[in-house]
Amino acid sequence: MALFSKQNKEAFTNPLNLDHPILVQVLGICSALAVTSQLKPAIVMGLAVTVITAFANVIISILRNTIPNRIRIVVQLVVVAALVTIVSQILKAFVYDVSVQLSVYVGLIITNCILMGRLEAFAMQNKPWPSFLDGVGNGIGYAMILIIVGAVREFFGRGSLLGFQIIDCKDFNNGMMTMPAMALILVGIVIWVHRAYFYKEK
Amino acid sequence: MKLNTNSNAYIIIYSTILVLIVAFLLAFVSQTLKPMQDANVALDTQKQILNSLNLRGLSDEDARATYEKIVKYDEAENVYVCTLENGDVKYVLPLKGQGMWGGISCFLAIDSDKNTVYGAYFNHESETAGLGAEIKDNEDWQNKFQGKTLFAAGDAAIALSVEKNVNNETTVDAVTGATVTSTAVSKMLQEQLAKYMDFLKK
Repeated sequence: MALFSKQNKEAFTNPLNLDHPILVQVLGICSALAVTSQLKPAIVMGLAVTVITAFANVIISILRNTIPNRIRIVVQLVVVAALVTIVSQILKAFVYDVSVQLSVYVGLIITNCILMGRLEAFAMQNKPWPSFLDGVGNGIGYAMILIIVGAVREFFGRGSLLGFQIIDCKDFNNGMMTMPAMALILVGIVIWVHRAYFYKEK
Repeated sequence: MKLNTNSNAYIIIYSTILVLIVAFLLAFVSQTLKPMQDANVALDTQKQILNSLNLRGLSDEDARATYEKIVKYDEAENVYVCTLENGDVKYVLPLKGQGMWGGISCFLAIDSDKNTVYGAYFNHESETAGLGAEIKDNEDWQNKFQGKTLFAAGDAAIALSVEKNVNNETTVDAVTGATVTSTAVSKMLQEQLAKYMDFLKK
């Protein structure tokens, strides 16, 4: 099978639109709401999930023929938990302030439905390379929404982007945007726009 | 030979090997990154102490250099003795308490008269964002502590506290919507400062 055959391309592009983890499957909402009050943690969280989904998919895909069926969920969890712990340690060592902001949500990637969903639905049946593409696609799909919501909330909530003040006004603080409730409404609006303009029912 | 991946022996051996590999991997990562993480935590504490001295928003290098220059830790009293650039001596008292959801902590800087508050910095583990978390995020609220006194005139007990709609020499207005956290801050100030009584009366 060619490296970028039609099937492989679909493994990568489907989660970005037709099979989007947040917009279509509505998975991983909890962390999407919690870490998006500013852009920087949203980007780091998106990256972390992308890396973890991609590598967990590859590892499970390599092991897929050896994994005993009865304990497959446990094996998947162990692999994900190990990767999450490593990522969380790396964040603590290199970007401490971001790891403080993300606090428990890095650890909670373990229970992110997107990961378990991809491992069960895709990596257990497919070869490593398509699994990797699928993982990266899903991660980017997730990160995309985090970045959109994070940017809107930081801009309208604090008048800044990535920490740089854009609206020059002392004490600019719009609590409406920085509270998690607004994230839910924003995600809803993004899903609505997606359904209306980009998504074709099969 | 085709292995029976569903036999009990296979499952036990498989899970044992998997767990061993993961355990060694995590131990290795943790050991390698530990020095950098410790350095980050130490730097964060230094920054918090400088924040309490109203030296906020310093870069990593500036914070480290400034801290080296002005702060001395007095182990016997558990007090940070700080000599500012203009020669003034300030004492920073580390305080710890229990907030609504997790621990809260404070660095309280006082003047050399051991009564007037010079500055304060609060930190928390998991207070509600936008409400209790304001004790850390709201710089203006922390600045309200400046100029308050630990003791009311002619009284030997600690009087510094946080209360709703009270604003006098020893009382700071509570954070709106965060009654439990505000009360916890008050309790922390009262209980922990009482432990410094010997030092304060010296």
